[in-house]
Amino acid sequence: MPEMMTLIGGRTSKQGTSLTHGKLDGEYLEVTSTVEMNVEDMARLGLKNGSRVKLRTPEGEAVLKCKGRETKDLPRGILFLAYGPLSSQLMAGDTAGTGMPISKNLDVEVEPVPDQAGP
Amino acid sequence: MGSPLRIVNGRVYDPANGVNGVVRDVCVRDGKIVDDVPPDAKRIDATGLVVMPGGVDIHCHIAGPKVNLARKVQPETHRDDVQLRTRVTRSGTGGTVPSTFATGYRYATLGYTTAMEAAVPPLGARHTLEEFHDTPVIDKGFFVLVGNNLLLYRLLQEGRLEEFRHALAWWLTVTKAYAPKLVNPGGDEMWKGQRNANITALDDKIGAFDLTPRRVIAAFIEAANALGLPHPVHIHCNNLGHTGNVETTLETMRLAEGRRAHMAHIQFHSYGAVAGKSRSNPTSRARDIAEYVNTHPNISADVGAVMFGHSTSMTADAPLAYMLYRIAGGKWVNADTENESGCGIVPFTYQDQVYTNALQWAIGLELFLLSEDPWRMVFSTDHPNGGSFMTYPRLIRLLMDSEFRKQQMAQVNQKALDHTSLRDLQGREYSLYEIAIITRAGPARLLGLTAKGHLGVGADADITLYEEDDDKEKMFAAPRYVIKDGELIVEDHEFRDDHGGRVLHVAPAYDAKIEQVIEPFFEDYYTIRFANYAVDDRYLSHHQVIPTAAPAAAATPAGAARP
Amino acid sequence: MSDNLKVVENATCTFCGCVCDDMNLTVDVDEHRITKAENACILGKAWFREHGIEQRPFALIDGHEATTEAGVEEAAQILARARFPMIYGLSDTTCEAQRVAVGLADMLGGTIDTTTSVCHGPSGIAFQGVGESTASLGELKNRADMIVFWGGNPAEAHPRLFSRYAVTPKGMYIPNGRKDRTIVLVDVRRTASTPAADIFVQVKPRSDFEVLWALRALVKGRKVDPSIERRTGVSLAVLEDLVARMKRCNYGAFLFGMGLTMNRGRHFNSAALLALATDLNQFTHWVAKPVRGHGNVTGADNVVSWQTGFPFGVNFSRGYPRFNPGEFTTVDVLARGDADAALIIASDPASNFPKPAIEHLKRIPVIVLDPKATLTSRLARVAFTTATYGINVTGTVYRMDDVALTLRPAFPSPYPSDEQVLTAIRDRVRVLLGGNRLPAGAAPIAPAVAAAS
Ligand code: SF4
Ligand SMILES: [Zn+2]
Repeated sequence: MPEMMTLIGGRTSKQGTSLTHGKLDGEYLEVTSTVEMNVEDMARLGLKNGSRVKLRTPEGEAVLKCKGRETKDLPRGILFLAYGPLSSQLMAGDTAGTGMPISKNLDVEVEPVPDQAGP
Repeated sequence: MGSPLRIVNGRVYDPANGVNGVVRDVCVRDGKIVDDVPPDAKRIDATGLVVMPGGVDIHCHIAGPKVNLARKVQPETHRDDVQLRTRVTRSGTGGTVPSTFATGYRYATLGYTTAMEAAVPPLGARHTLEEFHDTPVIDKGFFVLVGNNLLLYRLLQEGRLEEFRHALAWWLTVTKAYAPKLVNPGGDEMWKGQRNANITALDDKIGAFDLTPRRVIAAFIEAANALGLPHPVHIHCNNLGHTGNVETTLETMRLAEGRRAHMAHIQFHSYGAVAGKSRSNPTSRARDIAEYVNTHPNISADVGAVMFGHSTSMTADAPLAYMLYRIAGGKWVNADTENESGCGIVPFTYQDQVYTNALQWAIGLELFLLSEDPWRMVFSTDHPNGGSFMTYPRLIRLLMDSEFRKQQMAQVNQKALDHTSLRDLQGREYSLYEIAIITRAGPARLLGLTAKGHLGVGADADITLYEEDDDKEKMFAAPRYVIKDGELIVEDHEFRDDHGGRVLHVAPAYDAKIEQVIEPFFEDYYTIRFANYAVDDRYLSHHQVIPTAAPAAAATPAGAARP
Repeated sequence: MSDNLKVVENATCTFCGCVCDDMNLTVDVDEHRITKAENACILGKAWFREHGIEQRPFALIDGHEATTEAGVEEAAQILARARFPMIYGLSDTTCEAQRVAVGLADMLGGTIDTTTSVCHGPSGIAFQGVGESTASLGELKNRADMIVFWGGNPAEAHPRLFSRYAVTPKGMYIPNGRKDRTIVLVDVRRTASTPAADIFVQVKPRSDFEVLWALRALVKGRKVDPSIERRTGVSLAVLEDLVARMKRCNYGAFLFGMGLTMNRGRHFNSAALLALATDLNQFTHWVAKPVRGHGNVTGADNVVSWQTGFPFGVNFSRGYPRFNPGEFTTVDVLARGDADAALIIASDPASNFPKPAIEHLKRIPVIVLDPKATLTSRLARVAFTTATYGINVTGTVYRMDDVALTLRPAFPSPYPSDEQVLTAIRDRVRVLLGGNRLPAGAAPIAPAVAAAS
């Protein structure tokens, strides 16, 4: 049964330096396909660092690797993902008349992916 | 620069050369007025037309950081006032702060060919020149804000007057400015550093500095005269807009002690108070101001008239803008520039039934009508502070047509008029000759632009041809022809061509050693590198350096040749 | 590495909106690369290190190598044919190129938008509504004794904001630097920036607006119910303490990030913060400033504003500029399927736009100008390789505080600049259209007399 969580998109310096190197390059794709998750949530879902999860919104879905963060740094129920091609897959085109799509605080379904089914 | 041109049979008003409505030809070649042109030159039949030099706006706000903020903050004013593109010209939007292209074209369609942006912080010079690049047709320059400059304050505080003068020359030269500008001297330091306080009198202490506005103003008048600048220091006095500020204004003018000084938008500085009341409505003291200017040939002023309707207050006088925001509500922009300036922007509407607004409108007219020397009391609305430059034709009609003026006076707050002498001035009407002085010949002379504001041989061929009309507003709103640098830009009220216009600036000499004084200050207190501060010539495209008079003995020529 | 080294002093880094102009670059002239970037942060170092000259075709048309000239011809044909051309990007190029791009949009009767619309666009909308009290960064350095960072992570996105401008530097009235300042950080999660703060305020996601509005109420002396804590995760006591400090300080500054703009509430969040800063000026000096992202996104805002009166999302189809976010902004234009051609300058929407917008980009002819290959250049009909601004070409860039700087390039590139390619396209389009395109139904020559008279 998938769980609902809140996804925050954002920038990191890793994403920034790798982006400069080249967007078609392995490091950038690696950085932008790893989602940070609260360690307690991960334990409950049976996930370890490097496990795969599927995130789904009405717009689309993406399979990402996960990485644990302590509760004081990232509260339960919150996910963080650096902007990139995979975060795009989850964003809707509606901007509510502003031009700005919502990329922070997206409601996403989270579902562990059995190991061999990765991208 | 266009082919030779002969304008025939026009009625010429050229006050700088004493020509008062004489029918004669004007010849143009290579962008200049010439004696004669070959018989096969293109001819414009100007029968029934009034020929004047292109208008010169001595004080307006048309380009640079604060102007762009004022544009951005008022999208609602752009929507219903648009500038269509043509095959040859760019589109834009209007309102009281038009886009750059609209600004250039609209000045041109009023017959104006030169305009001076009146307040740019040095750090905003590059931005201003970029906007100038996109402001077509007109020639333009800017006044650089130096009256709240903290390094200049330090030099002054330490009595290093010679270095002060060199530093001023350096700032004018490296920013490509036209003249030094003081705005509410000392006010920004109080505003930014003392919890939004302000200067209230010429002898107030300026924040942490051992200085007063009196000392600052006197020092700038002295230095600007010593540098032999074409336009002297351009002063926006302390206490703008405050009841009773006339005393500050008179005292400031006295500080010049016979040396040249220009008083900006003096209408805003001509307010009295009801005797014996500490907090009262303002009253008019236009008579005292006009009398002082009339009798002191070293002083010049632009009026800064108020016109009813929409305006935008945009000023380096940040505490003033905050005061207006507290009155008007709505939107407020404040923008502090490190070590150099403050800035405030408030959209504002002048209403004819509001006492203070009607009083301001009347004082502007009084100053014009009381002036005995049109060469020194020249035309401005401090665009867009007192009203947009698009209101100029209406203001001209108010001056030329006393019947129209009377009708308009009947519609405004009468209590306000009671506190002015406007009703006593009904006999006075401006002639076309005098209008040509206050809108072209006078401003050009005050700016030291010897090739502008007149139609003598050698002058820039910036020429406007109006259709004579009893309705002067209509006449001045839409010239039939506008010629810029000898090129026909507007013909039969339509754009024939686009044109770039020039940047006008000064480059007074300074001792290169002054950079050793300035650079350490940059390392400590600026966030851009000293080496990246001076604006290079790439930003000028077409430009013209207006020469300074022979520099004073102490000013060793140097420096001006930065790469 | 060769021995042929030169040093370029006082060069400017254009990677982020800090636009630091104190770079001392060591250039290996023969190898065409920068071997050392003194004073640069980790992002700046990567920016300079990674921009050598790559062997790429000057242009690709439908994936086939072509000359720049052939690319210009194809691009001009596409644009001149298009009914609804969209021009987008522009934050990573010079103002000189931006100026030409806006002119091209005007000439075509097309639409122009910049990456502002997907970054601080909502702050621009908020600015239009309420104004802003703001300052150049040097005022923060010289005067700010209280700084509140809200919804951003400068340590990772704008590293030198802390060290060069706002937190640690000493200034005229801040003689002891960091010790003389109170630093507050407001965010939904701990980030690399959190340790820089004296006070960290963790708000629940989607409750920035409520916190800001409660602060406004407290500043104005109104009562706020303690239940605010349940809604926002921030106790009333914390809010009251913040307000007391805000009123007490001498010169306060908010620096806010996309945590406010990319979030539920968008421009309402930014406007609440701008209004809070304005309110505080009744007590002491306060300013607020959006922390802008790409190197010259602030220049793009400025150029589009001075040419059209509006900061982004501008359409010229009626013969004059119209602004309507949600209608003329790129995500909307693409997601609706409106544009029939796109010119993308120095931006990569294919890797960060919402999926429906990317789907439409795949359906229409796209022209891309970029120094590097990107997902967008891969799907382009015409892809130009251009020189990198600030590294190979000079020009003007605006720092996030609107201060304009001139770039000092380190070494030349064989590729043309964005400005050169755009100018060539514009000149060719002008020939194809016979001057500016007039909107359907317009008089052949519009009257010179403006509508306002
Ligand atoms: S802070 Fe930004 S501009 Fe400054 S060096 Fe780092 S990336 Fe470059
Ligand atoms: Zn002014």
